[in-house]
Amino acid sequence: MAQLTAGIACSHVPAIGAAMDLGKTAEPYWVPLFKGFEPSRRWMVQNTPDVVFLVYNDHATAFSLDMIPTFAIGCAEEFKPADEGWGPRPVPVVKGHPELASHITQSVIQSDFDLTIVNRMDVDHGLTVPLSLMFGQPSAWPCRVIPFAVNVVQYPPPSGNRCYQLGSAIRRAIDSFDADLKVQIWGTGGMSHQLQGPRAGLINKDFDTQFLDKLVSDPESLARIAHVQYIREAGSEGIELVMWLIMRGALDAQVREVHRFYHVPASNTAVGHMILENAR
Amino acid sequence: MSLDKPYLDIPGTTVFDADLARKGYHLNSFCMSLMKADNRTRFKAGERAYLDEWQMTEEQKQGVLARDYNRLIELGGNIYFLAKIFATDGKSFQYAAASMTGMSQEAYAKMMLSGGRSPKEDGACKAPETR
Repeated sequence: MAQLTAGIACSHVPAIGAAMDLGKTAEPYWVPLFKGFEPSRRWMVQNTPDVVFLVYNDHATAFSLDMIPTFAIGCAEEFKPADEGWGPRPVPVVKGHPELASHITQSVIQSDFDLTIVNRMDVDHGLTVPLSLMFGQPSAWPCRVIPFAVNVVQYPPPSGNRCYQLGSAIRRAIDSFDADLKVQIWGTGGMSHQLQGPRAGLINKDFDTQFLDKLVSDPESLARIAHVQYIREAGSEGIELVMWLIMRGALDAQVREVHRFYHVPASNTAVGHMILENAR
Repeated sequence: MSLDKPYLDIPGTTVFDADLARKGYHLNSFCMSLMKADNRTRFKAGERAYLDEWQMTEEQKQGVLARDYNRLIELGGNIYFLAKIFATDGKSFQYAAASMTGMSQEAYAKMMLSGGRSPKEDGACKAPETR
């Protein structure tokens, strides 16, 4: 049977991808950030999964205002890195896992979560930057990836509680897949940041620290955070943190914190990262 | 009955909700067109003529020509769509964010390096609200 082996939280700031693509990782600005991911890459060598279920948001790339699915699951065989306006990132094509993705789709819809099914989609920095952070710059990604896009562009995104419950449904779906696969779930985006208006540049370290603490010990309290509280305290784009709750909802109640990293700034954003394993 | 919008009083912040998305549909669709290299070239060659191909309001077109991102957000622009304009200009997210705060890019970058804008400065953080 498939087994969910770990959950990873990771910001997906586009400038991080650009720093890697342009060979700037040794610049003083970027050194502390990449250092924070060194333990993660070492851990990953020992714990490479067969499949990553990668929760992220599209940034007006695959989805314009023409179609805005709240939850969209990528069931294709592959997903190309998108041209976001300056050419595609020079990273490998993302190979999907259509069998597991289709299985999860059917199972999760039957658990009352009405997913949008996507069979053709390019993937933007929201998906590829976490892959780069965790795997570096290989010529091919070392595992399959199921992209799972969440609308956080047009308000309102799904609630934190809805995301947390969805995570639990995804877990049940993975547990019931009849093949011997190691699966990780990643929740990306965040932490506090605001990219728009006179309040741009907002960072709230206290909020972020509490969020990281409770992600481990009390995720149900995080699931009760209202949208407006994210906007007030973590900035208008900090609301992306609801995606972390899908990841956390898929893990056991008791988890072990393997690694934590927090860094300000990457461009406009507070970078948060955590590796969690089920405690049992 | 009108929708509850508890986010309208947050200083310096515009939430891209359903009403703004409706207002900004054509503006954001224009932005989206800049994802294609050919369209970027045509836009750069004649901004006004390119804008006139879209069903945008005159105010929205003026906002684009002036690269007035705060104004464009008020008129229904979403930051991830507007990003296609400043990407076309070869400008970074940090440049655009700085321009919306009224700070120089240098001062903005320095603020970010020293931990970012404090959430305490504008009183927008109220006591925790939970549903």
